[in-house]
Amino acid sequence: MSEKITTFFASRRGIVLAGVVIGVLAPLLQRLGNPPNMGICVACFERDIAGALGLHRAAVVQYIRPEIIGFVLGSLVAALLFREFKARAGSAPIVRFVLGVFAMIGALAFLGCPWRALLRLAGGDLNAILGLAGLATGIAIGVQFLKSGYDLGRSYRTYTAVGWIMPLLMVGLLLLLVFRPQFSPDGPIFFSKSGPGSLHAPLLISLSVGMIIGFLAQRTRFCTMGAMRDVILMGDTHLISGVGALLAIAVVTNLLLGQIRVGFIAQPVAHSNHLWNFLGMTLAGLAFALAGGCPGRQLFLAGEGDGDAAVFVLGMIVGAGFSHNFALAGRPDTVVEGAVKVGGFSTAGMAAIVLGLVVCLAIGFTMRQSE
Amino acid sequence: MKVVDARGLSCPQPVILTRNALQTGELPIEVLVDTVTSRENVRRMAEKSGFQVHIEAVGDEFKLTITK
Repeated sequence: MSEKITTFFASRRGIVLAGVVIGVLAPLLQRLGNPPNMGICVACFERDIAGALGLHRAAVVQYIRPEIIGFVLGSLVAALLFREFKARAGSAPIVRFVLGVFAMIGALAFLGCPWRALLRLAGGDLNAILGLAGLATGIAIGVQFLKSGYDLGRSYRTYTAVGWIMPLLMVGLLLLLVFRPQFSPDGPIFFSKSGPGSLHAPLLISLSVGMIIGFLAQRTRFCTMGAMRDVILMGDTHLISGVGALLAIAVVTNLLLGQIRVGFIAQPVAHSNHLWNFLGMTLAGLAFALAGGCPGRQLFLAGEGDGDAAVFVLGMIVGAGFSHNFALAGRPDTVVEGAVKVGGFSTAGMAAIVLGLVVCLAIGFTMRQSE
Repeated sequence: MKVVDARGLSCPQPVILTRNALQTGELPIEVLVDTVTSRENVRRMAEKSGFQVHIEAVGDEFKLTITK
């Protein structure tokens, strides 16, 4: 029985089902209170968690997002049920941390992870095209490294407790969210009173949706980076059929909910600086490819006991801290008294993207098995 | 028999190593993996390329034997 279910989820119908479920639930979360075109965004939501913990002080993006917690715990449940939970670690964790940091800096230049890029496009935000093109470019560079022997080395089976650390961290975050302790008079835990961080669906709904998606994604290995990588590397369309389903169904759901507005300018929580939208996601795509998974996939892997994926996640959360503390993130377009004020990107942000690309290229060139 | 030890390697390494081994034309090939994800990825790639895959569970790891 268990093997039959596993075979279904590993099939094309299984991966398409995962895409369909995300394509319906993400826009619904937006309708239920999540920020516009941000039903689910792994990068943005980890950034909000970093803010809630005070790792950055951008007051408008601070909230402990239950979707992230649900992703890890849903994956944990699936892995335990199907006996796939396996604690493993030791494949160049420090490199994965650095890749996580720069992946986040790149994603926050664009203002979204690959999932949000798809959801932004499904909401009519044409800037997402630049983001997705950048993502594909970054992944294509990563594929060249993979072809020439790039490899972060083996992970090894380790104590079961190692695999439980990330799920337990998530339980800790859930407790902080539920009990909302304040650790000092003006201090954390911070919760935004305005801006995207203040917009959220009810806790139990967000957590449940996160867990459903975490469960499905663990079974199907849903991965947006892997989808593009497999097409470029070997013409394999398995994973991308799930990503295509997500995009198509999200468009339909948005149409039904009246959540589509097509254009480039003044899109919600987005800017229209094409070059840096593109380059930001190029950096993110390259970092994801070198780390072997998109931000969502890293959470699902962390839920099934992969300690290296957990380190990548922590890298992304710390990267969000750098990104906002050093003003590296993209500034969204705003509308002030009817006039559009185009957002954009700081010089420091540009320097950080270039530095990130140099670091990722160095990792790609220097970490490879000799034939 | 040619053996590809892909245990502990993350995706897509097991698939790349298996594909490289298949390209040498030497059959059968034995592939060792330690996750269901790698097992399914390698099986899908090999079957799509027209090979037969026999899977055997060894403890909580897997041995895939690839033949024509």
